[in-house]
Amino acid sequence: MSALPTSSVGPAFDRGKLAMHNRRKRMNVVALTLSLAAMSFGLFWLIWILIETVRLGVGGLNLSIFTDMTPPPQAEVGGLANAIFGSAMMVSLATLLGTPIGVLAGVYLGEYGQKTWLGSATRFINDILLSAPSIVIGLFIYAVVVAPFRGFSAYAGILALALIVIPVVIRTTESMLLLIPNGLREAAYALGTPKWKVILSVTLKAARAGVITGILLALARIAGETAPLLFTALSNQFWTTDLSAPMASLPVTIFKFAMSPYENWQKLAWAGVFLITLGVLLLNILARVLFKNKH
Amino acid sequence: MAATLPATPYPDRDKMARVSPKGEPPARRTVAPWADGLFSVLAHGAAWLTLALLAGIILSLVVGAWPAIKEFGLGFLWSTEWDPVQEKFGGLVMIYGTLMTSFIALLIAVPVSFGIALFLTELSPGWLKRPLGTAIELLAAVPSIVYGMWGLLVFGPILATYVQAPLQSAFGGVPYLNTLFTGPPVGIGILSAGIILAIMVIPFIAATMRDVFEVTPPLLKESAYGLGATTWEVVSTVVLPYTKAGVVGGIMLGLGRALGETMAVTFVIGNFNQLDSFSLFEAANSITSALANEFAEAGAGLHQASLIYLGLVLFFITFVVLALSKLLLAQLRKGEGTSS
Repeated sequence: MSALPTSSVGPAFDRGKLAMHNRRKRMNVVALTLSLAAMSFGLFWLIWILIETVRLGVGGLNLSIFTDMTPPPQAEVGGLANAIFGSAMMVSLATLLGTPIGVLAGVYLGEYGQKTWLGSATRFINDILLSAPSIVIGLFIYAVVVAPFRGFSAYAGILALALIVIPVVIRTTESMLLLIPNGLREAAYALGTPKWKVILSVTLKAARAGVITGILLALARIAGETAPLLFTALSNQFWTTDLSAPMASLPVTIFKFAMSPYENWQKLAWAGVFLITLGVLLLNILARVLFKNKH
Repeated sequence: MAATLPATPYPDRDKMARVSPKGEPPARRTVAPWADGLFSVLAHGAAWLTLALLAGIILSLVVGAWPAIKEFGLGFLWSTEWDPVQEKFGGLVMIYGTLMTSFIALLIAVPVSFGIALFLTELSPGWLKRPLGTAIELLAAVPSIVYGMWGLLVFGPILATYVQAPLQSAFGGVPYLNTLFTGPPVGIGILSAGIILAIMVIPFIAATMRDVFEVTPPLLKESAYGLGATTWEVVSTVVLPYTKAGVVGGIMLGLGRALGETMAVTFVIGNFNQLDSFSLFEAANSITSALANEFAEAGAGLHQASLIYLGLVLFFITFVVLALSKLLLAQLRKGEGTSS
């Protein structure tokens, strides 16, 4: 590229080449510096948010968070026990409800309908549901569960969360099944194994780690979801195990407390934010470690 | 041929006859013959359920919004009136808030995400790629309520003192531009919501861009490097043209996320129904925050139907955006199969 100076082209040409070369190099340095700046920009927010969450959250953290109920405004004591319990209850039941449906639909996409129109349509719709606004899911459940039965309930909240679990699990199950080499399936079929057994004890078993990763990611996603619970499970100031009554959850309680002017509520909200962030990030890291070990 | 065969084709035939059982061969044993059919029906059913879910969402939104659709028609989309007392509703304020915050978010997030993807694919040393990629993905995992609370109580005040106030004094005398920066610099409003949304969608766009950049055949890149191209030239003249469909798809995916984000926006947008000024500092409202704040309190009737109408509009916009994103990403994948 950088031509040697010859007698036919004068030093002026050479200077021009050199200038262009320098310009290109400068351009490159500028672009790469900006790229480095963008990377630091992204990391900066993550670190800042984590630091603030820990700084403001740890201060409010004590044993009464786990033992006391949510207090009225300006009370001396109080915790988040009912909200933590409600969140744990709804999140785990929603995962239990959504996972089998998600895995089955994922099995359909990976094993039955890879090339059929139903498969393509389901894959397309599922990818849209995966990123659909979660508040719309809340509206849907409100329309089909809350309004007809005339009441906010934990059941409605569980259903709304389960609808968010399903697309996540479908997506990971399908992509994990596609990673399983076909030879494994053929070997099992050659032994005369019926299809359901091939799927259950060969392909799904081989894809187990990936499927569990997907379930953990779905769990992490719904643990922090607020919008779909706002008008399904609503909230509750008291301890309740009755699933047909409104139930408190950690995100909705944080929302209510953080927007209030009361200092004790805001302090509890920070503690709640700390707990949720910690839980969600741990779940994410666990999922990644699990997946990496297997692959 | 015949010479290679043994004299007696089956030397052990007599022995075999003696050990094999007399009578009928055993029937082929199948464990639970119904299981195959059942499992197939279940898997098909789960796939149909996903399709039914989408149909159910659209149907229930249309049914719920029907009173408002009948009353206001499409004029709902460009009326700014929102008066629950007189039962007059129009969605323009919220639709403007949603679109404007998402626009600001993309304005910030697209270049930053491009830089991050460039760093992760071309610049970063191998051992750093994984941890940095994971860190960016963790940014996506942080629940939106955390962003919201952090934005309201930590970021907002800082934005007000160090960004909004200087901007106001700098552009206060400039005609036209100063309308963008009027209003109280309190760290709540369209601009803060846009910035927080940008931080939230950066990981989605960056991760998609990184993945599509990695689709570029190494041979193409190496050829360009071999001709003496700089890293920047390789990215801008080889990688970007090759992956442009996927890059746009990734941006659309981020846009879809930004449009539908609820909690982070609700915390910082101010929830104030006005469209008198186009100032970026003025408190405003978005579709999602209107739903989050008003829906549970709205009485059955026109107010609720209007809110569901807004939800329907939001779902329609995000559906179109996400479908476009999906099609563009699929187009890239198709090209990958033929041209490489």
